Amino acid sequence: MTNDFGILSYGAYLPRRRLQRKSIAAATSWFNPGLRGLAKGERTMANWDEDSVTMAVEAARDCLAGVAPAALGQLMLASTTHPYDDRQNSAIVANALHLGSALRVLDVTGSLRAGTSALATALAVGNDALVCAGEHRLAKAASVQEMHYGDGAAALRVGRGAPIARLVAAHSETVDFVHQYRGHDRPHDYAWEERWIRDEGYMKIVPAALAALFKASGAAPAAVTHFCMPCTLPRVAAGIAKRAGLAEGSLRDNLAAVCGDTGAAHPLLMLAHALEESKPGDRILVAAFGQGCDALLFEVTDAISKLPPRGGVTGALARRREESNYQRFLAFNDHIALERGMRAEVDQGTPLSTLYRNRDMVTGLVGGRCRKCGTPQFPRGRYCVNPSCNALDSQDDQPFSEIGARVMSYTADVLTYSPDPPAYYGMIQFDGGGRMMADFADVDDGKLEVGMPMRMMFRIKEHDAVRGFVRYFWKAAPSGKQ
Amino acid sequence: MATGIRDKVVILGMGCSKFGERWDRNAEDLMVEAFEEGLKDAGIGRNQIEAAWFGTAIEEQHVGKSGVPLAMTLRLPYIPVTRVENYCATGTEAFRGAVYAVASGAVDIALALGVEKLKDTGYGGLPQRGRGGLNNFFWANISAPGSFAQLAAAYRAKHRVDAKDLKRAMAHISVKSHDNGALNPKAHLRNRITEDDVMNAPMIADPLGLYDCCGVSDGSACAIVTTPDIARGLGKKDLVAVKALQLAVSNGQEVQYGDWDGSYFATTRVAAKRAYREADIDDPRKRISLFDVHDCFSVTELVTMEDLGISEEGKAIDDVLDGFYDAAGKIPCQIDGGLKCFGHPIGASGLRMLYEMYLQLSGRAGERQRADPVLGMTHNLGGFPSQNVSSVTIVGSYGA
Repeated sequence: MTNDFGILSYGAYLPRRRLQRKSIAAATSWFNPGLRGLAKGERTMANWDEDSVTMAVEAARDCLAGVAPAALGQLMLASTTHPYDDRQNSAIVANALHLGSALRVLDVTGSLRAGTSALATALAVGNDALVCAGEHRLAKAASVQEMHYGDGAAALRVGRGAPIARLVAAHSETVDFVHQYRGHDRPHDYAWEERWIRDEGYMKIVPAALAALFKASGAAPAAVTHFCMPCTLPRVAAGIAKRAGLAEGSLRDNLAAVCGDTGAAHPLLMLAHALEESKPGDRILVAAFGQGCDALLFEVTDAISKLPPRGGVTGALARRREESNYQRFLAFNDHIALERGMRAEVDQGTPLSTLYRNRDMVTGLVGGRCRKCGTPQFPRGRYCVNPSCNALDSQDDQPFSEIGARVMSYTADVLTYSPDPPAYYGMIQFDGGGRMMADFADVDDGKLEVGMPMRMMFRIKEHDAVRGFVRYFWKAAPSGKQ
Repeated sequence: MATGIRDKVVILGMGCSKFGERWDRNAEDLMVEAFEEGLKDAGIGRNQIEAAWFGTAIEEQHVGKSGVPLAMTLRLPYIPVTRVENYCATGTEAFRGAVYAVASGAVDIALALGVEKLKDTGYGGLPQRGRGGLNNFFWANISAPGSFAQLAAAYRAKHRVDAKDLKRAMAHISVKSHDNGALNPKAHLRNRITEDDVMNAPMIADPLGLYDCCGVSDGSACAIVTTPDIARGLGKKDLVAVKALQLAVSNGQEVQYGDWDGSYFATTRVAAKRAYREADIDDPRKRISLFDVHDCFSVTELVTMEDLGISEEGKAIDDVLDGFYDAAGKIPCQIDGGLKCFGHPIGASGLRMLYEMYLQLSGRAGERQRADPVLGMTHNLGGFPSQNVSSVTIVGSYGA
């Protein structure tokens, strides 16, 4: 690899709601008293309208910082919780990001290493790529996994330019060690005993992979400044660090207390977090466990200090709302049979031909801008909406997804069906023109006001439970800016 | 050069069913109930009707599509029957078809009938429906109360009104309509309420509570229209004539463009101006005797009184709280209870409003009768504040 190749930028996304583990334990420890010992801190909780695709889109937007890269040749989306088995999930992400059709995309799945395997592959291939990973992890009520898991996404842009980190070495071990699995058509993971996973799994497979990486590359373990090792078992990551000869203090916080384990996304999320907190010359070691181990060693470059600001993991963690309602978590994950009412019975069938014709508008929030009068408008009609123009077919594509907006009017509606009532929505005016009536996301009760700045977010619009289709669109969320 | 509709067509007869939760009746029964009254009032036989317009909005809930349900139910004699739908202006739209047919000279006598059977859904409020093709992909998850509730947020911000003051005026509007509805035997809701009832009612779509929302009802209403000469020939005196019939439909400017701020109805302002011109009315606050406006929600009535040019912009709260629109006020509004209490079977509503104006102008409004009304104005608003159909109709004593 040449010097100008490596990681160019990073991004992260975490759902805003943070489920308090003591709320989980309060509801479930009658059944499993052992959960009381895990009732500390909080975990991220996807909203009802978020999945691995929507979260990956948000992480990718954070990574691209509002600029669609012209040179991008490949998009990879890693997850063990892709919403579709047959429909390229990464193609949805690409459309939402306006990446165009001249693009190679790949869904990577099947292992908690999917994120690191995608990243390692992109780095090995050596072209411009966006590597995304997102997870919306499901676990049975009153399970240990429910306590440990979190939802979230990360994205890394790999390519030529001014890399913020270069790959020093990589090594992968593949061992069919089944510490947990999820069979086809099963919603939840099935796990074996933790002590066995620790002794025979993590403590043997990961050190072997790290040793192989250091041996082959000649890199010094003691030079590692950041060790990213997702693992929810106590003291295991520290034991691995010690066995691998890493410097004391290099082991990074696995975000268990504030986020939980986001599965295939977690190694990349920890890598993004490490990049965020690194300085030129730092060495970041990422290890991911799952039917073997991926190990990637990076060196941070001077370019890290010139990277434009972004939310990153720190920003995503700060965009937080405490959630103590465990029942809501169960409902969002379809674990209880709520009486949703007759208004929820409306047929949500999606005409695929309509979606295809309008895919840029729907998935990309692309409207029009009139060449004659300059009026931005959504959606674009054949005639310009400006009454003193009304020109025919005069509009160029105008994506609105990256444009800020302000609330013109709003309501909190308890009549219309929403999985999370009240339904918040209202008119928004985009900065620089264009407006629409939009659903709102991540709104705090009583906090909406006219003039409030909003930011568009890619979300689930409807679930068609009858046909198993998820329809996506954009919603306006408070941007937190003034 | 168009000369407008003023005094070209008169009402020969009208009918209106009892509105409400008519659990024991089909839509067809309600149509017959309204038609029987209208036919008797007109003093004609069904075979004298030469064309008919049928208004129903949510036909999939009851009669189905086309003009056939009207012709079948009323046994109309192979005449042209046109089914129309234009959101909540559907009833007025049917009336417009019949009036224009007579005015054109194509027919002598025409019928407009509207009906809606809303209470077969199994739940309260309007039926939940798909929005059609592409709209489903991008329309917000709006309900009727949720879309109109936004008027309040925008109105408060624009006129710097305290939320409580606006809510108090909205409460006064609903209390007034309940007082009026209590005197109307055909009204759906005939109970009186207090401002505190309104203020403390369960929230539907902030800031609209239960009592800020109109009734969802079953009902039907009809009008039989003809020319002044034919009406006189049939022995009619004190003719009630159509003075203006205007409709304005959003073209995307509010929701996609322009300086509309969400606090008013751009369409109503346009339709009202055109209606006043058509009826030759220069000062409506002085000339109009009665209003029946589209009070689907209390806040809709409040801003509509500004859009119609009766209250000054930003001052409707004062007029409302001063009792200007009360039954005993300067210009009573919703003297029959309005959508709020008479009820809102969508396809029938525009015709129901005209029914009350017709009764008032004919001196037949019973306990609700006002002294010497001359001009009555009705208004419908269909859709959402951001994209809607607004109709304004003025009727009055022929020649006045």
